[in-house]
Amino acid sequence: MFELIGIPPQALFGQLLLGLINGAFYAVLSLGLALIFGLLNIINFTHGAQYMMGAFVAWLMLRYAGIGYWPSLIVAPVVVAVVGIVIERLLLRRLYHLDHLYGLLLTFGLALIIEGTFRQIYGISGQPYAIPKELSGGYDLGFMFLPTYRAWVVLASLAACLGTWLLIEKTRLGAYLRAGTENATLVRAFGVNVPVMVTLTYGFGVALAAFAGVLAAPIYSVNPLMGSNLIIVVFAVVVIGGMGSILGSVITGYALGLIEGLTKVFYPEASSTVIFIIMAIVLLIKPAGLFGRAT
Amino acid sequence: MLDGPRVADALLTVRGLNAWYGESHILHGMDFDVRRGEVATLLGRNGAGKSTTLKSIMGIVPRRTGIVDFDGRSIIGLPANRIARQGLGYVPEERGIFASLNVRENLLLPPVVRPGGMTLDEVHALFPPLLERSSSQGTKLSGGEQQMLAIARILRTGANLLLLDEPTEGLAPVIVQQIGAIIRQLKAKGLTVLLVEQNFHFAATVADRHYIVEHGRVIDAIDNDQIPVNRQKLQAYLGV
Repeated sequence: MFELIGIPPQALFGQLLLGLINGAFYAVLSLGLALIFGLLNIINFTHGAQYMMGAFVAWLMLRYAGIGYWPSLIVAPVVVAVVGIVIERLLLRRLYHLDHLYGLLLTFGLALIIEGTFRQIYGISGQPYAIPKELSGGYDLGFMFLPTYRAWVVLASLAACLGTWLLIEKTRLGAYLRAGTENATLVRAFGVNVPVMVTLTYGFGVALAAFAGVLAAPIYSVNPLMGSNLIIVVFAVVVIGGMGSILGSVITGYALGLIEGLTKVFYPEASSTVIFIIMAIVLLIKPAGLFGRAT
Repeated sequence: MLDGPRVADALLTVRGLNAWYGESHILHGMDFDVRRGEVATLLGRNGAGKSTTLKSIMGIVPRRTGIVDFDGRSIIGLPANRIARQGLGYVPEERGIFASLNVRENLLLPPVVRPGGMTLDEVHALFPPLLERSSSQGTKLSGGEQQMLAIARILRTGANLLLLDEPTEGLAPVIVQQIGAIIRQLKAKGLTVLLVEQNFHFAATVADRHYIVEHGRVIDAIDNDQIPVNRQKLQAYLGV
């Protein structure tokens, strides 16, 4: 078998695929965070817990109601979004006029409560969630084996990111959202019900996290801490891309997943820190992030 | 000052309007009327409370008390989005053009609040540069074009009372003349305009009535055709 830069292709492409999968999750999660931060000015630390809730709702629906993967892809994000909307209405709404720090503290506290509750009920060992039979198996591409489900995850996350981008850039609702991010008071003075828009945006951002959670359920085991492990990296992705930048967070998500994958091939010792090293460099050179606007 | 019976054909009635920013008490009982189809101005020096009056009418000052009636209905307790839906169009002092939207998106942003607004073609006929530059980023326009965009976008909405906050500020004299011509055209179409101005000479070319604002109160009202006999008073009020 041939080698590329001294690396067997199976290893190289295998790690690139893993990187792309991680990048898919980074992209969908950081997209939701960027949307929420842009309009609400809230750094949503509950995002990881909401991702975990997505996976758990899918698992619970399968276990107790026999509802399978495909309906779960829609129903679980809706259920978690409703929980998010209740949180926004009851708690976050009171913080919009305060410094970012208060939103961060509240959402961090909520994440601890949610994760603690799930851990108390379900323990920390993962719950298995089977790959739907339509997506089991894979393709031998010659230079690597491509599991069908992983290809699906990449495609589904791309579709979610593209759909969200189109919604924001090409629709009237998206124009309200972009304008509201700049000057919500004026958008309201034009007759737009901004508080409802804020609630729905939070719900949508949370639904994206839960959607990623359902996608993740068959790959990683469903466990209460699955989000807290991921969220720190996702925050680094958002900082690198630029807080509040929609396109920035998507591109950065995929790119950093791939860079992480390549690092695993060439210098595995650095694979868990490479994203944070890049974050430090970006913060030093361009504090607003690669795609962010300096304010 | 004008605390008394209401004017019968008033589209907007303001009585005893008070407003605060935090602890700062900005408006101390504004009283004035804007009649249907007229152009009225709030004139006064910087910091007199003119812009705060418009913001209070639009519901974007958090704490306000008093009477604000639009078309016979009280709007003082309504949230800003519902006030706009009654038929008020607001052009803020800083123009409020959105950088993340192109010219066309800025133009189409405010929702239609009642029937009778201009079509996009009519708006473009009134402001031709906005058609030529429809895909430019909103904030890349010149100051005059941005002001035209800020006015143009509320003409689509069907609002019948336009609140314009210093539309001539920082603009070249030729652009100021154009803005004046546009305001006269809007009046001719039957729209009612409440204009905040520091530029008295401009205000005198477009308005039917002037309210002089000082320390958050209306201290005098002068009809535009009475300006010649009130020159000395105006000079004392405004330093013009």
